Parts: sequence; C-alpha cells; structure tokens
Amino acid sequence: MSAIEVRDLSISLGFGPAKKRILGDVCFEVEAGESFGLVGESGSGKSTILRCIARLLNAWEGDIKLEGTSVNDMPFADYCRAVQMVFQDPYGSLHPRQSIRTALQEPLRIHRMDRQVERMERALIDVGLNPDFLSRYPHELSGGQRQRVAIARALILEPRILLLDEPTSALDVSVQAEVLNLLADLRTKRNLTYLFVSHDLAVIDHMCERLAVMQHGRIVEVMSRDVLATGEAKDPYARELIRASLEYDQAV
Amino acid sequence: MAIETLNTQDNAMPVSLSNPNSPLRRLLAVIRELLGNPSSGFGLIVISILLLTALVAPLLAPYDPNVVNLNNVLQPPNATHWFGTDELGRDIMSRIIYGTRISLTIITIVSVIVGPVGLLVGTTAGYFGGWYDTVMMRVTDIFLSFPSLILSLAFVAALGAGLENAIIAIGLTAWPPIARLARAETLTFRNADYISASRMQGASSLRIIVKSIVPMCMPSVLVRITLSMATVILTAAGLGFLGLGAQPPLPEWGAMIATGRRYMLDNWWLVAFPGGAILLVSLAFNLLGDGLRDALDPKQH
Repeated sequence: MSAIEVRDLSISLGFGPAKKRILGDVCFEVEAGESFGLVGESGSGKSTILRCIARLLNAWEGDIKLEGTSVNDMPFADYCRAVQMVFQDPYGSLHPRQSIRTALQEPLRIHRMDRQVERMERALIDVGLNPDFLSRYPHELSGGQRQRVAIARALILEPRILLLDEPTSALDVSVQAEVLNLLADLRTKRNLTYLFVSHDLAVIDHMCERLAVMQHGRIVEVMSRDVLATGEAKDPYARELIRASLEYDQAV
Repeated sequence: MAIETLNTQDNAMPVSLSNPNSPLRRLLAVIRELLGNPSSGFGLIVISILLLTALVAPLLAPYDPNVVNLNNVLQPPNATHWFGTDELGRDIMSRIIYGTRISLTIITIVSVIVGPVGLLVGTTAGYFGGWYDTVMMRVTDIFLSFPSLILSLAFVAALGAGLENAIIAIGLTAWPPIARLARAETLTFRNADYISASRMQGASSLRIIVKSIVPMCMPSVLVRITLSMATVILTAAGLGFLGLGAQPPLPEWGAMIATGRRYMLDNWWLVAFPGGAILLVSLAFNLLGDGLRDALDPKQH
C-alpha cells in the first residue's frame, strides 16, 4: 500500500470560455518511507498538487488516497495526525503575534495530547533548537530558526507523511544545507514519507529517491534519482531541464 | 553534526530573561510613544484627567450638582462659582465634573457593545466569504447609509427616551465601520501560511478566528474605536440636546446645553462650559486615536 496515491488529479479555474485547466490528469504514487520530489518551472502546478493533498484546495477532481484511504473519507482529526506540511516562507508561516510556545501547543491542545511541555521541548530539541526558544516570538528568530520551528510544529503531531513546499528556497545557502540535513536526519529517524516540491534539481537530487518533472500542469516524466546524474531522461523537456541544471552547477 | 554546531550558536545568543513581548511592557512602550508626541500626549493626558475626575468627582466638585438654589440663579462666573450657575442656581462646574461620569459610562458601554459586535461580524464575513460575507456586508452597508445621529434618533424613538436606550442606540449605529475594518484586515491574511498551517493542524474555524485572526485585527480595531469615541460623545450630546438622551436632572453635557439654550444670549456660560468640555474630550479622543494608530500599526515598524 503506497503512502500517497494520486489518480487523475485535475483542477480547472473559471467558467465557460474563460475556463482554464491548471492541473491535468496528474498521477503518481509515493511509497511509505520514500522521499518523492516534484520539480518544474514556476507555475507548473507543483505547489498546487501539494495544496490539494493538504486539503487547502477543495475544488479538484480525481482521487487522492493516503495509505489506501481517500482523503475525503478520512476523519479530519485522523488526517491531521497523518499529514502535515512545511511551507515555503518561514516569515509567513508563523503567526507574528504568537510565541513559539503557543504555536507548538495549539496542535497539542486541539488533539488533546498528553505530556504537552515534554512534547514541546522534545520537538524543539529534535530540530536542533534550545527549549528556551519556547518563550520567544517569531520576529526574534532568524529565517533558518523559524523554518526549524515550522518543522517542529509540523512534526509535533507525529505525522507519517510530510509535505514540503520548497522549504529551503527562502533561506540563505549555508542555512539551506543545515535544514536539508535536518530533514534527511528526521526522515531516517522517524521513517517519514516526504513529498518534496522544489525547482532546484540539486536539492531534489540530495533529498529524493524518485522525482516527477512537471510542465504546464502535467507530469511529463517520473524518474529515479540516477537519471539526474546521467541526464538520460526520455522526455525532451525533462532532458533540457536536467541539462540546464547541470550546466548551471558547472558554471557556478 | 550540523545540529550540534547550530545549538552552540543559539546558546551564544543569551535568551532575554525579561521578555519584551509581555503585555505590560508593550503597554508601557505604547504609552511612552504616545507621550513622546505632543498631540497624542495631550490626548492621553486629557483622557487620564477625565478618568481621574470621574473617579473622584465627589471630592472635586465644590457643590452638589443637583441642589437647586433659586436665590442664586444665572450667576456669571465668579470666585464662589467658577463656571457660574444655571437657571436653577446649580453650580455648573460641579455639574460638568459629575457629567464626566455619564460620558465615561456611555463611552465604556458603547465600546463594550461595539468592539465585539464589529469584530464578530467583520472577521466571520472576511474569513468565510461567499454568501455569508455578502449578506453581512449588505446589512453593514444599510446601517452605514444612515447618518448615525438619525439612526440613533430612530432607535431611541422606538425604545423610548433615556440614557440606557441612548447608549444602546449609539452602540447599534457605531459597529458598522468596525465590522468593515475587521473584514478588510481579515481578507489581507486569511490566505496567509500561518492560517493554512493552523487549519492543517485541525483547528476549527472558530478557533482560527479567535486565536489567529482577532489578535491581528485588534490594533486597528482599537484605534478605530478610540477615534469613534469622539463621534459617540457628540452623538450622545446630540441626543441629550434633543431631549432623547439623559433626562434632567442628570448633569449630561448635551442636556445642559439644551436647557441653557434658552438663556444663551444673555448668559453665555450656560452653554460655553459644557460645550467646551465636549469639544475638549472629543478632540482628545481624536488625537489619542491618531497617536495610537502610529504606535500600534505593525506596518510602520
């Protein structure tokens, strides 16, 4: 049974002649414990897929199954315990007027979990932050620290699947590496399934075993990580994307 | 490995023991900023004086505000009656001092009605959107399209004259601008990532509105309430003047002007002092509101 199974996912916006399809017949599967990447240029629909799985968008057609159950049939509380998301912008994903304590305690209160203080401190330690951070506010933290808090908040409900929407693209290069290593560590320790959206092939290469290349709201090819090194993709667009990325890396 | 190095960095930056975000410290910072600006400082001081006066009115007032002394009517301001006496020989200064209690009661009750109602309507309309938003905002528009004094008049006429009904009527007319404002604020961050995050954590709509959206709307709503206090005082005085608000012998400022009107041409002090008090207090609320906007607006920091 795969952790995430997406079948014929499509979204159209607008009505009548102005109707525009922004996602068409997207199909892919992510095995439990796997890290799956979604790459593509801006506007290719990768974050939209994530938002559909995250139930932040509802006007889609098709089928999204998590661990064999369709997301729409899942009780919302169970869904929240199974799937969490880390957002792109660490400056926008933490409530500016809530302390870190509040941000971490809210999900515990909602799900009436026990040992709340212990869990909050543990969550911060697990992402490499000092438990003293609980009393701080987001504006007192750096971008990397905020993203760590966002990861801690996502993991505090002990989900099995983590949706990552370009979690490092808003960060400094040196901090990017730290956060990526942290995410990789957490995955092996907790046996998490990742769905990782990025436009950076190097990041995907580092984080994911398999990936899907997207263009204009469609998946053009699903490939394994090894293809990135050889550049022997079947689809011309995917080949071009990989080649451009390799050339860019060499130029840098 | 990376985690360990980062941890040492974090320890090097000592965690501030006195949290700069504690409500008391924030309040002190805001007061300091208000006093730093001459106009908002003036507003704050006048309103503090108003509060103190209302609190210790019996100590400050030289005479009983309701004792009629027909041997001493319409005295111009002099050493024994600083603001003169009215047509029934009552000391105007004492009446103005006791009038602060009525004004403050009106302001407090109106804010207690208006703030929550406006926030509730505005945040829910902004958050849920759709037909609920349309219905709520059209209702708000209908309330807004009446001049507030006329609408209060209609309510008082329906409910009956009196101070309590005047307060209810003013409350019913003062919430629409706050609802509009709260809705506009809500729209700007209803799609923010932190709202999405808390939805994904299973927070109910009520929880999101109360815990995430209302705190974000609070500063601008507070400013708006402070600014509308000036209008509230004027409307209350207007209702009092028309005989629909506070009833005699209550020393309400608008009612004092209304009774003084008949003697106004020969005895200016009957209307000048209550009028001055209304002017001073509504000006102070306007200035304080402007200052609060500067001090609380997160976009300006």
